[in-house]
Amino acid sequence: MKTLTRRETLKSLLLAPLAGGVIASTGCIASSNSAAEITWSSLPKSYSYGRTEAEKLRDQKLFSETYFREHELLTIAVLCDIILPSDHPNGGALDAGLPEFVEFMVKDRERYKLPIRGGIAWLDNRAIDRFGADFINVTESQRLSLCDEIAYPDVKDAELQAGISFFSFMRNLTLTGYYTTAEGFKDLGYKGNTPNIWDGVPESVLQKHNVAYEAEWLEKCVDQSRRDIIAQWDDEMNLIS
Amino acid sequence: MAQEQYDIIIVGSGAGGGMATYQLANAGLKVALVEAGDYYDPASDEQRTQLRNPWESPRRGASTRRRPFGDYNSCIGGWDLDGEPYTQKGDTDFRWWRARMLGGRTNHWGRIALRFGPLDFKRKDIDGLGDNWPIGYEDVKPYYDKVDKLIGVFGSNEGLPNDPDGFFLPAPKPRLHELYYINGARKSNIPVIPARKSMLTKRINNDRGVCYYCGQCSRACSIHADFSSSTALVYPALKGGQVDLYTDAMVREVITDDTGRATGVSYVNKKNGQEQQLQGRIVVLAASACSTARILLNSKSDRHENGLGNSGDHVGRYLHDSTGAGRSAFIPELMDRDIYNEDGVSGMHVYTPWWLDNKNLDFPRGYHLEIGGGMGMPSYGFGFSANQYNEFIGERVGGYGNQLRDDIRRFYGSRLSIDCRGESVPQWGNRCELDPTVVDEWGIPVLRFDYKWTDYEIDQARHMQDTMEELLEASGGIVLGSKPGADRDYGLTKPGEIIHEVGTTRMGTDAAKSVTNEFGQLHDADNVFVVDAGTFVSQADKNPTWTIMALSWRTSDYIVDQMKQQNI
Repeated sequence: MKTLTRRETLKSLLLAPLAGGVIASTGCIASSNSAAEITWSSLPKSYSYGRTEAEKLRDQKLFSETYFREHELLTIAVLCDIILPSDHPNGGALDAGLPEFVEFMVKDRERYKLPIRGGIAWLDNRAIDRFGADFINVTESQRLSLCDEIAYPDVKDAELQAGISFFSFMRNLTLTGYYTTAEGFKDLGYKGNTPNIWDGVPESVLQKHNVAYEAEWLEKCVDQSRRDIIAQWDDEMNLIS
Repeated sequence: MAQEQYDIIIVGSGAGGGMATYQLANAGLKVALVEAGDYYDPASDEQRTQLRNPWESPRRGASTRRRPFGDYNSCIGGWDLDGEPYTQKGDTDFRWWRARMLGGRTNHWGRIALRFGPLDFKRKDIDGLGDNWPIGYEDVKPYYDKVDKLIGVFGSNEGLPNDPDGFFLPAPKPRLHELYYINGARKSNIPVIPARKSMLTKRINNDRGVCYYCGQCSRACSIHADFSSSTALVYPALKGGQVDLYTDAMVREVITDDTGRATGVSYVNKKNGQEQQLQGRIVVLAASACSTARILLNSKSDRHENGLGNSGDHVGRYLHDSTGAGRSAFIPELMDRDIYNEDGVSGMHVYTPWWLDNKNLDFPRGYHLEIGGGMGMPSYGFGFSANQYNEFIGERVGGYGNQLRDDIRRFYGSRLSIDCRGESVPQWGNRCELDPTVVDEWGIPVLRFDYKWTDYEIDQARHMQDTMEELLEASGGIVLGSKPGADRDYGLTKPGEIIHEVGTTRMGTDAAKSVTNEFGQLHDADNVFVVDAGTFVSQADKNPTWTIMALSWRTSDYIVDQMKQQNI
């Protein structure tokens, strides 16, 4: 089998149809079978959440910038899809718009730029060395083989350390990007961020963990049935209302 | 056009300035409140960050330079502000936090509201270090009592000798990880009591709401159920019509006349860069310890050639911050837990006040312990090192694919953390001063810091590390990371990082050894007062805010009284 040189690979990539990977509508089914056809959900391009004028201006500027080349964005998409695939009822990284989230974070944090650009280049070089093409242009099983060697921090092989750091970083970004979406909340089963009246750990949970509230402690705690009665104290600092 | 003459000009709208504004305006005085930042009200939907989901932010709550505690944190400010540099002397690494908004850094603090105790005002009597305050707990107690009732603080009366009781609202019940901590502390014979924090677990008036337990005080409360100076003090004061609020107004200096008394302040209007002045009978500085020192040092005149209040070379000296160190643990028994809403109030529901006698220890001052953990809302950083605890349960760290979902759920809410906050010993040599060569974007000379921790703080940090390790293990935890040793000063935070700077304009009876008298009144100019933490002689192992407000109220009463007597 002929081994492609780095230059030839780039040339063939340029000729290959990188079909519309960057633009896709919400709900598209992602596929990691063919990198050239990968699609993902789009994220909003404007936000409103209590920003100052200076903050609004900065975010607008970030949205107007492009950092990644198309090849880099596709590589990020393929990696995110491997890390958290979409073949799951709660969706995966691509349904959560991960490539666009990574792009935004990289523009927001200058220090992220080099590790990701360099990491992608490292991964491509490794793929060329082992399989004769860039990461996104080798077969799915070859891609998984490349990930297997850098997905575990306990691997001590010196020549893999840069790849291991990069993969860990991509795993962090993928998981944080997914779990901070509605799909991620659902996957986790998160309950919170809503007005409520906290009145202690549920009894069933206390029993499961073999812990209990001490009566003396509970006496110091709020009686939620009286929370709306205006506080009054006697001269001895005792709450009497 | 004739300039309006104010009775009072107050510089800074945080804890000290807010309280002085509220008291002096209610006393019928005409007040100008001057704030370097913009107007802010979390009840306005345009400024609200509370109860938003992480995906409403493109960075999912990640920190930025303008919001170092996260994109949803309400406090606009930081250690690194555009156009407002500060410098360091030698190898000093001081971190200077500034808030730039109405309410100042009360938009940021953890609402931990601890009274200083009787011992905290007289430390020199106990260990011979530093100085005593010119006042004692009995002088401040009536004001602590009034602050409790006006502002609201939950807690419990425990009868502790140096952590005084108060007029408390009832405490929230502990969360699950806090019950683990309570059990651990009991095993180690270390006390643990309900936290003392300024959130309304019960109604205190008809203007402010009652806590609905979203755990997001750091985002500022849209129903005003947590304390910030703006929500609890400035808005009510503005309603009375006695207060003119100047925002985006950066005070350059206090203007004095030939007799050395203040006649007003000059400030830069940040909206247009213009220099403007306000005239007033009395100037009250509440810009925060270091900013107030900077304004005084920049207020040079023939009568005050080293800066206002600085005839004794004390302005900027004795600067000190709280010490800090933190550690966390993985609690295997909290793996695979049932998921329910335990947001509670923001931060801890339980804490450990200082419990030992330094007489028996090799360092002079104490610290308290703050407890963290629970099933918080995912935000930027959630899922980082997703399955790092696998190493403790015999499974491999790393990997990819849907197994990561199980790892995330398995370890969610299984961490317990402790943060220590302690008292340092004030030093003459630890200071901020004007840098002779550097100015900010408005041409105002900036501060230069000169600060070193001493062995007192480093030895205290060593003790903190031993305590945290013991308590985390007693709570059923596997302590994470390596224990910092002498080469890392035992994990001691950098000065300024805890954001409790105090001492730069300390109070005292001897004008040669202090900047103000016990009422925050400058020895060198009787119509200039300081009501921020600059007047603190020592910091205590407590957070400073409650004491700032008690002393500001005390000073306000004194000002009204002195004006009535026509002494000022």
